[in-house]
Amino acid sequence: MARPGRRLVVAGAVLAALILLDANLPHLLDPYHFQILIYIGINIIFAVSLNLINGITGQFSIGHAGFMAIGAYVSAYITYYFGPGLLSAEKTGGPPPGLAGEATLLLALVAGGLAAAGAGYIVGLPSLRLKGDYLAIVTLGFGEIIRVFILNIDSVGGARGFSGVPPLQTFSPLRSLFWVFLVAIVTVLVSIRLVSSAHGRAMMAVREDEIAAEAMGVNSTRYKVSAFVIGAFFAGVSGGLFGHFLQYLNPAMFTFVQSFEAVIMVVLGGMGSISGSVLAAVIMTILKEVLREVKNYTPYGIDPRMVLFSLLLIVLMLTRPTGLLGSREVWDVAPLRNLRRRARPGAGGDVW
Amino acid sequence: MADSPNDAAAVGSGPSTRPAAEVSRSKGEPVHFAGEAARPAGKPARLAGELELRKISIRFGGLLAVSDFSLTIRGNELVGLIGPNGAGKTTIFNMLTGVYRPTSGQIFFCGRPLGGRKPYKVCQLGIARTFQNIRLFKNLSVLDNVRIGAHKTVTYGALSAVLRSSAFERMEREIEERSRSLLGIFGLERRAGEIAGSLPYGDQRRLEICRALASEPSLLLLDEPAAGMNTSEALGLMATIRRIRDEFRIAILLIEHNMEVVMTICERILVLNYGRTIAEGTPEQIQRDPVVIAAYLGEPEEAVVEAGL
Repeated sequence: MARPGRRLVVAGAVLAALILLDANLPHLLDPYHFQILIYIGINIIFAVSLNLINGITGQFSIGHAGFMAIGAYVSAYITYYFGPGLLSAEKTGGPPPGLAGEATLLLALVAGGLAAAGAGYIVGLPSLRLKGDYLAIVTLGFGEIIRVFILNIDSVGGARGFSGVPPLQTFSPLRSLFWVFLVAIVTVLVSIRLVSSAHGRAMMAVREDEIAAEAMGVNSTRYKVSAFVIGAFFAGVSGGLFGHFLQYLNPAMFTFVQSFEAVIMVVLGGMGSISGSVLAAVIMTILKEVLREVKNYTPYGIDPRMVLFSLLLIVLMLTRPTGLLGSREVWDVAPLRNLRRRARPGAGGDVW
Repeated sequence: MADSPNDAAAVGSGPSTRPAAEVSRSKGEPVHFAGEAARPAGKPARLAGELELRKISIRFGGLLAVSDFSLTIRGNELVGLIGPNGAGKTTIFNMLTGVYRPTSGQIFFCGRPLGGRKPYKVCQLGIARTFQNIRLFKNLSVLDNVRIGAHKTVTYGALSAVLRSSAFERMEREIEERSRSLLGIFGLERRAGEIAGSLPYGDQRRLEICRALASEPSLLLLDEPAAGMNTSEALGLMATIRRIRDEFRIAILLIEHNMEVVMTICERILVLNYGRTIAEGTPEQIQRDPVVIAAYLGEPEEAVVEAGL
């Protein structure tokens, strides 16, 4: 399992595939479908990062859009105001030579993630005292506070929105698809590896029974706060990608509805199942676009999507309360597991 | 001596397997009573589960749940804590493991005061416990439950886990091996992959002990491990517990209602009633103690008055 050679080969193959897709897909797909694809990637990051908090550690948070907003605005602020300086480049429009562009972009994304992680730390603190519904209300309030706060900052456009965020191709010949899916893969990989380590087990122990977890030497405080910090970090990075992809940000993008969509994805995929969150992010993003049509057939052109999502959630809770996958992963589902066992006899159980 | 009742004054220094040592300890200097200083040179550094509770009391509002409870456990003793329902036995466990903070009194473990430490710290110091109402991680696998028990032995960081470093691989392999061999002791190795909540009741109790042992404690607190088992199952479990004590060389403090079990395996028994120790001694002494009999069965009024209840 731990053969560095094989790992490098896999990583290289994935990177090559991403670069290839990044170069060709925009020409093969029309802009609308391409945009959906990018949203899928961003939603995967968003849902998986929320799953770390809600599903794995069991701290019910419904303010996840707040973290995304922080990441989006901080990274956009950096590239908008400091980007030209950092690149020390004349605005020719084309990507700068060397790796300066990529470095600037990564710096901005990571800074956005770190700012969100800092906020995650602050939000994580009440989780030490509050449980369940009460914590949910605090996180909901936090998300709204962030939004209103941004609404009142003039240098990022306030309610008018933040326009002129430089697009990803300013920094790199590799475009949005590459960056979004690279981060998505990293997020999923980090989450899965974390969850299948002692640290992930400790998080799940906190979810299952905090008192027993403490009695087994698990510092529940530390793991609850870490879950918020790590989850917020990736949500922040997803926000950074979102802003640079759209080249425009508006506080209205990060309302409760956005947080709620992430919660639906996590619940739909199965609380605690990372591959479930990925699957649900794909399904939900596509469903959201497909159902866009429905409003053409409703009186007064009412958009019934949130109603439909709520109905979906109710039906899901009634028929399959554990979500699509429960807390299992895709590769734990029977047919796939058998396949894997046949492929690698005696393999203990980690593909990653 | 054997037939004289143990009154309240005998608590702490009462008849026991090692009376001399205990008397000297309970009268010794308060802070660094055990540990390095008191230990004769040349002995191994690890003192298996040296625990001393000195006159601990806890008050919940108007209720004095435990009052002036003292206890010393040394070496790999197997001590029983019995008493009627509501006597304060589990409360003592909760104070020992940092869930509750005693209102007064001190707790020392391996010479260090435990006062005010959080439960996870107490576990890291070497006290592991099971719960009266089983508290397994129900939705996780049997193996994962035990692996979480081994959490305090994990030294690799989160980054190491994400990068799958060699330290991570080595430690995970070691934890899994150790967990599986622990499961083997309790005959649960075949169930390693099952979800803990789906195990039969008796296996859940065994798994909880298994999980506690994975934290490599030097003192194990068992809260009614045989509850809900029939006598033969319970005696089987007790044989395992005694084996663990001998193999792992740990001290065990046991709460149990099944008298047959307690009397069979404990070397020393404390009887608690209304938060006070009413007797302490060997199983034979306890069985003959009129105060204990009174507490359990009820006695003519004179006997109760005599005992100072």
